[in-house]
Amino acid sequence: MTAVEVWTPVCTVADLIPNRGAAALLEGNEQVAIFRSSTDEVYALSNIDPFSGAAVLSRGIVGDLKGVPVVASPMHKQHFDLRTGACVDDPDVTVAVYPVRVEDGTILVGRP
Amino acid sequence: MPRTLVVAGNGPVGHRLVEALRDRDTAGEWRVEVFAEESRPAYDRVALTSYVDTWDPLALQLDGATYEGDDLVTLHLGDPVTAIDRTARKVSTASGSTVEYDALVLATGSYPFVPPVPGHDLPGCHVYRTIEDLDAIRADAERSTRGRRAALVVGGGLLGLEAAKALRDMGLSPHVVELAPRLMPLQVDDGGGGLLRNLIEKLDVTVHPGTGTQSIEEDRGRLLAKLGNGTELDVDLVVFSAGVRPRDQLAREAGLAVGERGGIAVGPDCVTSDENIYAIGECACVNGMVYGLVAPGNAMAEVVADRLLGGQSTFERGDLSTKLKLLGVDVASFGDAHAKTEGALEVVFNDAVAGTYKKLVVSDDAKTLLGGVLVGDAAQYPLLRPLVGRDLPGDPAAMIAPAGGAPAVGVGALPDEAQVCSCNNVTKGAINGAITEGCVDVPGLKECTRAGTTCGSCVPMLKQLLEAAGVQQSNALCEHFPQKRAELFEIIRSTGVHTFSELISRYGTGHGCDICKPAVASMLASLGNGHILDGEQATLQDTNDHFLANMQRNGTYSVVPRIPGGEITPAKLMVIAQVAQDFGLYTKITGGQRIDLFGATVDQLPEIWKRLVDAGFESGHAYGKALRTVKSCVGDTWCRYGVQDSVRLAIELELRYRGLRAPHKIKAAVSGCARECAEARGKDFGVIATEHGWNLYVGGNGGFTPRHAELFVSDVDTETLFRYIDRFLMFYVRTADRLQRTAAWIEAMEGGMEHLREVIVDDKLGICEDLDAAMAKHVESYADEWAGVLDDPAKLARFRSFVNAPGTPDPTITFREERGQSVPLGMPAVVTR
Repeated sequence: MTAVEVWTPVCTVADLIPNRGAAALLEGNEQVAIFRSSTDEVYALSNIDPFSGAAVLSRGIVGDLKGVPVVASPMHKQHFDLRTGACVDDPDVTVAVYPVRVEDGTILVGRP
Repeated sequence: MPRTLVVAGNGPVGHRLVEALRDRDTAGEWRVEVFAEESRPAYDRVALTSYVDTWDPLALQLDGATYEGDDLVTLHLGDPVTAIDRTARKVSTASGSTVEYDALVLATGSYPFVPPVPGHDLPGCHVYRTIEDLDAIRADAERSTRGRRAALVVGGGLLGLEAAKALRDMGLSPHVVELAPRLMPLQVDDGGGGLLRNLIEKLDVTVHPGTGTQSIEEDRGRLLAKLGNGTELDVDLVVFSAGVRPRDQLAREAGLAVGERGGIAVGPDCVTSDENIYAIGECACVNGMVYGLVAPGNAMAEVVADRLLGGQSTFERGDLSTKLKLLGVDVASFGDAHAKTEGALEVVFNDAVAGTYKKLVVSDDAKTLLGGVLVGDAAQYPLLRPLVGRDLPGDPAAMIAPAGGAPAVGVGALPDEAQVCSCNNVTKGAINGAITEGCVDVPGLKECTRAGTTCGSCVPMLKQLLEAAGVQQSNALCEHFPQKRAELFEIIRSTGVHTFSELISRYGTGHGCDICKPAVASMLASLGNGHILDGEQATLQDTNDHFLANMQRNGTYSVVPRIPGGEITPAKLMVIAQVAQDFGLYTKITGGQRIDLFGATVDQLPEIWKRLVDAGFESGHAYGKALRTVKSCVGDTWCRYGVQDSVRLAIELELRYRGLRAPHKIKAAVSGCARECAEARGKDFGVIATEHGWNLYVGGNGGFTPRHAELFVSDVDTETLFRYIDRFLMFYVRTADRLQRTAAWIEAMEGGMEHLREVIVDDKLGICEDLDAAMAKHVESYADEWAGVLDDPAKLARFRSFVNAPGTPDPTITFREERGQSVPLGMPAVVTR
């Protein structure tokens, strides 16, 4: 019995501006925030800002803090590690990270 | 039931007492009745001469002087106490009322001493103490039109030189007569007085030392003053500034003890011969000494405030140290300036070429500093004064020697109990305590300790103490840029770098963050770098700028079209109403005289703006660190009190500066008369109409720390007004720190408002042409940001809810109805605080 992997194609890499995010809708009304770095790495986190409950992380500013790639929530500016979902400002908080694959320029998002 | 404190007198010291008491009396033990002789709330008498710059009495008013919003203080203006009934413990006042007191504080100040010279009471003879005195002097000065206008100042002390400056600023040639052989005899010695005279005579002030005024006569519509040395002077007016006398009449009539040479006798507890009555300030005679300076008066006020609440503090010995700038000449005197201490030694450097005179008075072993005099350059005053009575850190001669290897006196040399701020009696220990508790900058220290809030001469010391405590006064914008904002601005401006990636690779490190990216985006926008969503700039913008709308708590946005000056036609009002109705937007009038439409999703923003732009609206920049609104009252078109067309000016200003990106938001207002219905003094720049033109105020804001804007220039014409505001805004845009409003910017500026005036009005830095050109470029290149989005399919494509399902609404956004409109339904936060 093998586990069923679900991958949802959401957009092409070219649909994303480097260093800016976009929101995508998965099945069951789940929302992910997808980011493309300037070196074309692609990250996917839950789009829900855990501090406000609003679906806004995809609209945050992307950058780095002491070398850690982060997105800053546009609501109250907490920073989340794009690789792990860990909140840099509050070690007790983490957002879900989604696996990402790029095939032929198409971004596919899996289950966390 | 609170007890009643009656305060007789509302000068700076009386006001300080009320402030100090109300600060500490958190339980509301005392209700305060203040009886003032003058018709205006307490003002800064020390700065009286600056009234000549603005002729605006409000500019001198002390902070909090109206006691507005404090139910426990009642201020009775123009109603002085006229009698005290000590047995019944009540006072009667000029208006005929009587008030019972539990405690009475006499803060009646002093009156100017006018020597009994024949003719001293002729028209044209004045004293120099109140705003009314200056108004009367001005009226006389303006009346005289014939010949070279001149004035005689009787008395060459501190006040006399202040008066000479005021007269000179009014366009008269002042003559100063001083009985003593030198100017400022109380503060400086012969050497310092000599240099002071030289420096001051260069400024068109004639000094007549060592002689008195024998008579004043009327002479063909002017005044003829005859001096003891035979000199005769034709003058237009005479100002007596020959010292002050304590106003102790009220106390004498009530049978209170007075000092031998006047003044209400009190002990170190400031209590008079009646235990329920205190006396403070210039009317008090503490252990035989009357103090004619504000600092000892403030110290007495603090003592009484403390004692009223059960404290035991005492007033020991007043510090007579003085530092001031007289006619642009620095003069400081501290401690035993005249070397009266037994065996005192004097160390003097008199540099006639440089125009400086410095003297230190030290103990016979040259180890302890006793006092000193500085003329021409008083930069060392803040460090030397607290050292009085203490061991010197080095050889006294080396400490004041002209430049060349002298060891600088550092704050480290001061013991903890040394007084750093003499105006407010704040010690080095207290300041270090505040730093330990988390104060990180000078404004913070001012707020916590009051140090540096009166004369400001100790501000450099506060900076040094912060540095000495290891508080990094880091100016770095963030971890990616070591420069401060103003430096980055200059780099971008001079190098022409116009992308963030080039800037960070050449001048910074890493990839940037949510601090430096929007800051650089703002600077690029200020420098006219095209649309804010062009190319890489789009990735730098905060979400508000990125979607050209204001994000709200549920992730939706609000929309604010520009309504210049708050003027709108009914037809345009209907467009807004229709749009709000069609998109189900919650609608509210803003504080800036426009309309905010809430609850728009990112998909809806372009559709909403299409409708608004088609109807002639443009972006209101409510989302940006940029000019927001120029609010206005209705002005003289309608208002029967208005003196100018405030609406027209507000619209012109708003259209001129719309779209200007700045370190923080900029708000403005224009009032059509002095009633100030537009609340212009609460704005970054505010304009108030006068009969003759416009008064410009700068540096106001509401928010967490509300501040009133201060008068910058008065009675200017519209063209001059625009020029000064252009420069003010451009200078602010270029030099302020990130997220620093104009008030904090001016406060942090070396030289403050005076410096700002020198830059903008006198072009001291020689940059005005450049600032003017930059503003002209801004005005010329302005384009509506929303129209720019609607015209560009690539920009429009970013306004989608989901990259894989455009048009699908965000399922987390839901509304409920409240008072007939949609409001957000609370959303569950994962983390609770």
